[in-house]
Amino acid sequence: MSNDETYNYEVVRQFAVMTVVWGVVGMLVGVLIAAQLIWPELNFGVPWLSYGRLRPLHTNAVIFAFGGSALFATSYYIVQRTCHARLFSDGLAAFTFWGWQAIIVLAAVTLPLGYTSGKEYAELEWPVDLLIAVVWVSYAIVFFGTLYKRRIEHIYVANWFFGAFIITVALLHIVNSAAVPVSFWKSYSAYAGAQDAMIQWWYGHNAVGFFLTAGFLGMMYYFIPKQAGRPVYSYRLSVVHFWALIFTYMWAGPHHLHYTALPDWAQSIGMLFSLILLAPSWGGMINGMMTLSGSWHKLRDDPILKFLVVSLSFYGMSTFEGPMMSIKTVNALSHYTDWTIGHVHSGALGWVGLVSMGSLYYLVPRLFGRNEMYSMRLINVHFWVATVGIVLYIAAMWIAGVMQGLMWRAVSPDGTLTYTFVEGVKATYPFYAIRLLGGVLYFAGMLIMAWNVAKTIAASQPADAHIPAPAHA
Amino acid sequence: MSQFTSSFWDFYIGLITLVSVVACAVFLKLQSVRKFAPGEAVETTGHTWDETLGEYHHPLPRWWIWLFYITIWFSLGYLVLYPGLGSWSGALGWTQVKQLEEENAEADKLFGPIYARFEKLDLKQLAANAEARAIGQKLFLNNCAQCHGSDGGGGKGFPDLTDNDWLYGGDPETIKTSIMNGRNGVMPPLGAAVGSAEDVKDVAHHVMSLSGRTHDRARAERGKSKFDTICAACHGPDGKGNQAIGSPNLTDQIWVYGSSEEAISETISKGRGTNQTAEGASVMPAHKDKLGEAKVHLLAAYVWSLSNLPGGTAPPGK
Repeated sequence: MSNDETYNYEVVRQFAVMTVVWGVVGMLVGVLIAAQLIWPELNFGVPWLSYGRLRPLHTNAVIFAFGGSALFATSYYIVQRTCHARLFSDGLAAFTFWGWQAIIVLAAVTLPLGYTSGKEYAELEWPVDLLIAVVWVSYAIVFFGTLYKRRIEHIYVANWFFGAFIITVALLHIVNSAAVPVSFWKSYSAYAGAQDAMIQWWYGHNAVGFFLTAGFLGMMYYFIPKQAGRPVYSYRLSVVHFWALIFTYMWAGPHHLHYTALPDWAQSIGMLFSLILLAPSWGGMINGMMTLSGSWHKLRDDPILKFLVVSLSFYGMSTFEGPMMSIKTVNALSHYTDWTIGHVHSGALGWVGLVSMGSLYYLVPRLFGRNEMYSMRLINVHFWVATVGIVLYIAAMWIAGVMQGLMWRAVSPDGTLTYTFVEGVKATYPFYAIRLLGGVLYFAGMLIMAWNVAKTIAASQPADAHIPAPAHA
Repeated sequence: MSQFTSSFWDFYIGLITLVSVVACAVFLKLQSVRKFAPGEAVETTGHTWDETLGEYHHPLPRWWIWLFYITIWFSLGYLVLYPGLGSWSGALGWTQVKQLEEENAEADKLFGPIYARFEKLDLKQLAANAEARAIGQKLFLNNCAQCHGSDGGGGKGFPDLTDNDWLYGGDPETIKTSIMNGRNGVMPPLGAAVGSAEDVKDVAHHVMSLSGRTHDRARAERGKSKFDTICAACHGPDGKGNQAIGSPNLTDQIWVYGSSEEAISETISKGRGTNQTAEGASVMPAHKDKLGEAKVHLLAAYVWSLSNLPGGTAPPGK
């Protein structure tokens, strides 16, 4: 092989920088809508700033703009490094970058204008959906094309997860977004009634399972062993939990529709496969955590490793909480309350957010030819600010959620409901305030990161690495 | 009951479900046969990626394998007891509808006697009964306040229940009928029948004159004949309305959809309760099946008390 061939770091750099930008934007919108729940007048009477339009903007921005850019950046980096091959097509890779950014900008314009298909996490209207499909297929071609070019026979475990994530998200997006357009910005779902709800939550839960779990597990499987400087704990565990995870996730969607028009049998299956999902989910956590065995001392003074390992702890917590919440009896209490919001954010802020941030702190210096970030101290500050923010956020939402569930079901001796709905809202205010504080802290951490990344980039030049010869075996 | 048109699909989905659960166990069994001797050194797989990445050959943690098996066994047990395998309804015969019915029956048994005590009382007597009014208020706050407000003061499109002005009549029995069977008040869109936008405005000014609001005399004069031929059919020649059909009295100061020239013109041209205006349909839903007569009885007494026994109730919402 020619020694002067380099990896394509250009597209990785682009996505890495945009991850930080969209992280700041998405979390800022999150902070704004958290504040609106306390002070509704913060929509300033402007329809575009109303809660109902900004909430999907927040979820789309943090999941698909921040999380999506992080996944593109890391998967492009990892697939090249672990295959010892340059990306399959530089042109197509560049197209995925500009295409994905265009989709984000379109989302940021159409959602506040009120254009929505009304499907959670799939709100974008059909013209944007078509663009997503095209960009995603291009992504698949670049990723699998690079895998095909690999110079090592065995495929590294991180790539299994990225591969499953890319294929499944394509499937989910195309099936769930099938719609009949009636105008350029309005369409109706191709499905109706309970079937529509079922397809939506098959999509919705697997968006969590494949976009927010499998993809980020791919990240975890590269950056933890790299940063810890140790081999992955168990190949066998990787195999078992990978196949079990991607197989069982597919079935779990109906737990979003407990006690609804969905038939009983479908609800049961959704609950059971959610429970079975516990062990496969924890397999990833165990594999990551145990990779550190023998080098736990590194956690003391390596803030990047702190990000990665604490993200795994939150992953473990959320994937325990999820199966518990899918049990019908528990769900009867938790459903429609802020407990769900707490659960989502322990996964989103704790797992997805922290693992992305830790990975970026590893990645950014290497993409710009430096040994480390501008300030390691600021990484540590970011870590603690973010962690305290997460704990405040999820604890507030847990308490609020359980309280709401109990208030809604409380019955007086005369058979009437003890509390009116608005009394539940009133009782939630203090917890909304704590949640806002937690969100502000997490957002502040993101700003610290943006500053640190900007300083790192400002003092250096983009650097592309040469492709080393694969080690024997 | 099957959701499918052919019983084939029950077998199909039931079989896939069962095979999938069992397959998880088989897969786990096959992947956990290799036992490590105590103290045996664990090697890596020998593969190296990106210069330093490798993988150890550690076996699956025992406790993790058991955790996995427990969830699988639990699932198989659950599928025997509860619906989940195609049309198999489960040994316990549980359905969510049955659970609801049982819980409702239990609640009726528990709370029924409380409501039965009040059922025989006349509505006016009931309105004077503090205990009955307290229950009525709680029912109101959880079932009516969403539209009529916690204090019953109403809002645009939702009548004020405290002002002693009634679209369909304010005697206790009529109120009860309104709650039991609901009401569907429709003001038809009359823009086309009245004529141009200016004609509509003329009629609006005539309507405003009926309640003594400031209006344009000339316009009101011009609008009178249209009012007499079109509007009077429901609202009466004097505009006092007709409770038998729920047509509002236009001579008072109570305006569910607003009393400005603009609001009245919109009411005339687009109608109300027809889905042509922003508020959409104006339907008072029927509560007969939702709450049952015993509860509506208490509710009617409470609503009547709002305008007839002012101060007789604790301020709603405490």
